[in-house]
Amino acid sequence: MDTVIEATELTKRYGRTTAVDRMSFTVRPGVVTGFLGPNGAGKTTTLRMLLGLNRPTGGTVTVDGRPFGDRPRGLRHVGALLDAHDVHVGRTARAHLTALAVGNGLPRRRVAEVMGEVGMAEAAGRRIDGFSLGMKQRLGIAAALLGDPPVLVFDEPLNGLDPEGVHWVRGLFKQLADEGRTVLVSSHLMREMEQTAEELIVIGRGRLLAAQNLRDFAARNTRPRVGVRTPDTVVLPGLLTREGATVRREDDGSYTVTGLPAERIGELAFTHRVRLHELSPHSASLEEAFMELTRESVEYSAGAAR
Amino acid sequence: MTAPPDKTPFRLPVQEHARFRHLLAAEWIKLWSLRSTHRVLGAGALTVIGINVNSAASNADRLAHQPLMPSDPPPGVPARPELLFDPLHTAFVDPAWQLFVIIAATVGGIAVFGEHSSGLIRTTFAAVPDRQAVIAAKVAVVSAVMLVFGALVSGTSFGITQMLLREYGGLSLGDPGALRAVAAAALLAPLCALVGMAVGAAVRHAAGSIVAVIALLLLIPALFQGERHRWVREIGNAMPLSAWQRLVTNPERTHDLGKYPLTVTEAWIVYGAWIIAAVAVALLVTRRRDV
Repeated sequence: MDTVIEATELTKRYGRTTAVDRMSFTVRPGVVTGFLGPNGAGKTTTLRMLLGLNRPTGGTVTVDGRPFGDRPRGLRHVGALLDAHDVHVGRTARAHLTALAVGNGLPRRRVAEVMGEVGMAEAAGRRIDGFSLGMKQRLGIAAALLGDPPVLVFDEPLNGLDPEGVHWVRGLFKQLADEGRTVLVSSHLMREMEQTAEELIVIGRGRLLAAQNLRDFAARNTRPRVGVRTPDTVVLPGLLTREGATVRREDDGSYTVTGLPAERIGELAFTHRVRLHELSPHSASLEEAFMELTRESVEYSAGAAR
Repeated sequence: MTAPPDKTPFRLPVQEHARFRHLLAAEWIKLWSLRSTHRVLGAGALTVIGINVNSAASNADRLAHQPLMPSDPPPGVPARPELLFDPLHTAFVDPAWQLFVIIAATVGGIAVFGEHSSGLIRTTFAAVPDRQAVIAAKVAVVSAVMLVFGALVSGTSFGITQMLLREYGGLSLGDPGALRAVAAAALLAPLCALVGMAVGAAVRHAAGSIVAVIALLLLIPALFQGERHRWVREIGNAMPLSAWQRLVTNPERTHDLGKYPLTVTEAWIVYGAWIIAAVAVALLVTRRRDV
């Protein structure tokens, strides 16, 4: 399988802080790859290094085998939206995009085309300082599409979009990937990626935590659990543990059991005449799996609330 | 974008042309698509020309009521040829041109720190990873525009003031020192704009850049004066504003140039050195820094 983006031992340190720590991963074309991590995990720093905006302290990151920063012009190679606010708000949307297009030797008609594609044809002549965050996101996506590039990189593109906009963006990413392009989309929310990405790169505290297919990730990390409520405090927990299950007593006196299906728990209880008040199977969400995986690496966790 | 789903890697649709003139066009669009450029240049030109014209008009009024040549000094008092009215000076009134320096430096500075403070610089460099080329194009466009601006302000100031003073020795461009003065004043605009760009690229913040560039261009030449220490004076002499003052001095009038005067050639060298240094700084500080 073709590899388009390749990071090798990528490292970025700011003084004593290590923002990105020997990270290696690859991104391939034809699928949407989710770049997932809690706030402060190093997503933006990594993407900035990918785009040649920040210099790695160590390691390399290449696009199509070359550091992107070595290319004289970028828009035909990588379309990027890092931060929707990275515009001069005193310009009109059209002037902003025209300057970008012209600088890359792209025909001016591309400006009208991409404005139409992101549904902003009407706003082209308006100054950007009147735009909502959602409109700025659309403008940033329009800029990324200008050069009809084979690689697209989006940093938190869903921020500020309304539900209709989110739906549209997901469709767009899917379409771009279906056209054979490489699409890398960062987010700090698994539920955003669940319906968007096929491949996942999960990072935390600058380190790579997982890089795999979303389905594999789900299969490996979402273990079903069963909530059990019973007046019995001795027999059943022992039985379940002996059967190989993990039993955790919750604050409200109920038990959370992992490793055994609800049916088996019910049979055991029946056989040993244990009274059950509740037996409720849950399948852990991807979001929970993601939280579990990154728990160690969350930089700003809300201590008591957890 | 209606291609059927096929997962073969997407290839470049067209060949790439990386031409410098594309970047020039982009910088031209960026400069003129900001209202502030129009406002600062328009209001600035009118103010500078206005101050000069007003000075010429008041001098014309004054001279209409007094003899052109001062009366002979009383016996025993030495002649004071420096008191003779200098028409060229009215086109180059100090405060007007200090304002001109601030305007030019600000326009240059905004072109650079405006991109940094807004974050646009990341969008720009992601679109054109060749940073040096971006800065070179910006330098070229801003310098060219400021040269035209400088020539307009300088030429108009000279033309109108000398016309108002035509009865009192007003000069034409053919007179000694006149063309030199007009050219030096015109060139002051791109020079200061370049210094503004260099400072903007180094400091990257709006307020900091403006304060730094005003200190550099106006404060230092004002502080490094006097004849007590030669090195102090020489530093003052090496500043663009001092060079400008020397170049717009009327060679037909006697002026006290002090103990350590700047020659005309040295003044031009000061101009050249500042231009080269400013371009070099702007290019160097943007080369590798994280943005």
